[in-house]
Amino acid sequence: MSDSMPRKRLVGYADRMSVRPGDRLRFMVSCEEVAGYHAQIVRLVSGDLHPQGLGLIERPVETAVTGTYAGRFQALKAGSYAVLEQAAGFGPLNDFTLQAMIWPTGPGGRRQVILGQWSQRSRQGFALVLDETGALSLEMGDGAAVSRVSTRVPLTEREWCFVAARFGARAGRVRLHQEPCRSIGRSPPAILREEAVSIRPSVPDDVPFMIAACAETTADHRTTASDHFNGKIDSPRVAGRALERHEMEALTTSPASLQPAVLAAWDFSREMTTDRAIDLSPWRRHCRLVNLPARAMKGFNWTGEVLDWKLAPGQYGAIHFHDDDLYDAGWEADFELVVPEALRSGVYAAKLTAGEEAEYIPFVVQPPRARRTADAVVLLPTASYMAYANERAGLEGGGRLHAFANHLIALGPGDLWLNDHPEVGGSLYDRHSDGSGVCYSSRLRPILNFRPGVTNAWIGAAGTAPWQFNADLALIAWLETRNIPYDVTTDEDLHHEGLDLLAPYRAVLTGSHPEYYSREMYDALTAYLARGGRLMYLGGNGFYWRITFHRSLPGVIELRRAEDGIRDWVAEGGEYYHSFTGEYGGMWSRMGRPIHALAGIGMAAQGFDVSSFYRRRPGSDDPRASFIFAGVEGEVIGDFGTVGGGAAGLELDRYDPAQGSPRHALVLASSENHSDTYFPPPDEINNATAMMDGRQNPDIRADMVFFETPSGGAVFSTGSISWIGSLTHDQCRNSVSRITENVLRRFIDPAPFRHPD
Amino acid sequence: MSEPADDLARRRALIEEFRRQPIGRHSPDLRVLLNDLRRNQMGDPYILVCTRPHAEWRLARKPAGRGTPVRLVPGYVFASPEEAEWEVFKLLWKETTGETLT
Repeated sequence: MSDSMPRKRLVGYADRMSVRPGDRLRFMVSCEEVAGYHAQIVRLVSGDLHPQGLGLIERPVETAVTGTYAGRFQALKAGSYAVLEQAAGFGPLNDFTLQAMIWPTGPGGRRQVILGQWSQRSRQGFALVLDETGALSLEMGDGAAVSRVSTRVPLTEREWCFVAARFGARAGRVRLHQEPCRSIGRSPPAILREEAVSIRPSVPDDVPFMIAACAETTADHRTTASDHFNGKIDSPRVAGRALERHEMEALTTSPASLQPAVLAAWDFSREMTTDRAIDLSPWRRHCRLVNLPARAMKGFNWTGEVLDWKLAPGQYGAIHFHDDDLYDAGWEADFELVVPEALRSGVYAAKLTAGEEAEYIPFVVQPPRARRTADAVVLLPTASYMAYANERAGLEGGGRLHAFANHLIALGPGDLWLNDHPEVGGSLYDRHSDGSGVCYSSRLRPILNFRPGVTNAWIGAAGTAPWQFNADLALIAWLETRNIPYDVTTDEDLHHEGLDLLAPYRAVLTGSHPEYYSREMYDALTAYLARGGRLMYLGGNGFYWRITFHRSLPGVIELRRAEDGIRDWVAEGGEYYHSFTGEYGGMWSRMGRPIHALAGIGMAAQGFDVSSFYRRRPGSDDPRASFIFAGVEGEVIGDFGTVGGGAAGLELDRYDPAQGSPRHALVLASSENHSDTYFPPPDEINNATAMMDGRQNPDIRADMVFFETPSGGAVFSTGSISWIGSLTHDQCRNSVSRITENVLRRFIDPAPFRHPD
Repeated sequence: MSEPADDLARRRALIEEFRRQPIGRHSPDLRVLLNDLRRNQMGDPYILVCTRPHAEWRLARKPAGRGTPVRLVPGYVFASPEEAEWEVFKLLWKETTGETLT
């Protein structure tokens, strides 16, 4: 019996999720109370630790990586901001004005910097801040003393407010303006406060100017940021003299009219898809955005008449900064792998061990470029792994999860590490510390639920059901056990390389939950099918959300949870268009690409307690399907498995011609007997009824379908996340395994399928 | 006023239904009962901490919210999720009704 809380003291990530022979892959590791660790590359075969699973199976791979490494702690510096590294010229300033429109999401409780050039270490410079009470303040320091002038009235949360501070050195007076944009309602009246100060600010030239944070110096003398602002900032401005109120107004709306006083006038609606904040002033003091604050956000002047930022970028001049944004952890590399030329395509990991503790950093090895080494390819849904990266519902949901999942959640060492380290950032299912939704998720940070043997705390009774990467490893284990050659590739590769990636293969196998698709991925997959390709969709709730990858920053995706679908948070009206590309966010089925037309089935229900089984339908007796059921006995399929005890569970898709399922598709089998914790997604509920749950609702089912395409290809879909969890039952001697193998062996046979019409 | 005998019998039947199958499909009446118990927890919600994968769990409580502490409840170690569910059911039942189930 263990008496202490399990701890995770080794964490790491790699700079890519997928490589090819000859590529270099860097690994970044952080240790807490671990002096050193051993590293070894392993090939991953299975990670299903369920008592009925195959257990953890790995094969050591000898590379130059094998060895012992010194442990060191590497910090995660969360919090987004804009930075002007070369800020010489701003200070020391005799006279100046700082101003912005702001929409604070958590005023009070701690100091939050709106903009300024301030050294937290030497307490020099000037900064417009919200103080600990949430009131507007101007702080100035000369290295010996700090003055603070405050309006002493907190700003109202989530209300636009004009804030400004002017300072005249000769008179030694500070004037503050704090003017809510609404004259009625819950905001306090406009405030003007003026005070005399004795300090004249000074600041070293090497202190950067920042928006939404101020400069901090770490123990190892690196410049970072602290005192982050939570909320939106629009139209931040700096002028080189003490402006009158009407001049501030002009500086907001037409900064060129304030020449030559204007020192910087950032327009956050410019270069929206990049990580640059453009300065309209002649000084061209463009800033770099750090840690991906949310762009394409409604500004203070949004009229509500335009919903697409591309049509009126000037109304989207706000950036939403969060104190827990994290794009790239930026850790130093601890070791590097040069992928051996002869390394077979598959799923691998760097395995780090220290005492009894092990950390795995998984990655995929693809075959050499343009050279397939098998007829079938597993398309590992890494975009979905990124979407779920470090998902925190089990940690932060309280008692709600017990009723939602219908079982207790169970925290493992990875969950407890996440609880202690919120600075690692959330998933696309989480909210920021200020309650706004997380719309960006990156892989350049440790991802604690992208590990063999690790599942989310609330998936399956006491967190015992494999999920996502861990569940998909069972497909690898099955292919290995059945001795079926395969290559492995990933979503991100498909996004970047398109049809070239899939074209050589006869069959593409998905993972258990390929939910997140970019347009590039979707186009490549449909084009592959149109050319006679064969798709085995071995999961549920696939092809559902439209995501985008950033065009220049590697390894990060965006999703605006717009309009409909199962949403743990909901994008605000007017913020449905992605900042990365301008594409509309939300569900593919609402953008002319019904999942049913691609896969034959589409999202029908979800529930997270127990799984069920399929029963054969008349379609399974059709001669077109005879190859699928060769050697399969009985009517019931899949009443076993490590994901909830059945092949039909967690998330289910059903056949529905009204939503685009091909009329000629054969419904081979349907699941039944789901529990009352299974419910349809919101997009299936246009009006509530008293018979929505899984015990009473005939639409809550997984349909297994097969159909041929006119080009000689075919699609086989199971419509259940838990299908793959049943493959290896009884050493792969079972109906789920038999059906899957029958389909795969026929799908890699080049003989074309014949469309029945 | 004492509880009518048929209501008492009905509650006993629901408790027995849960004891027999703590995880999985439940009757509509048991669903309502479970939701009531789970929603109305008096302290921080009960959770589990897994101390040996798929083999050992300990009872803990954790409030909602970011970074809130996970506190082990001494004396509760489980060998299966079902055992844990039944024990937590008994604890919640005691909190709600004052009655100790065995």
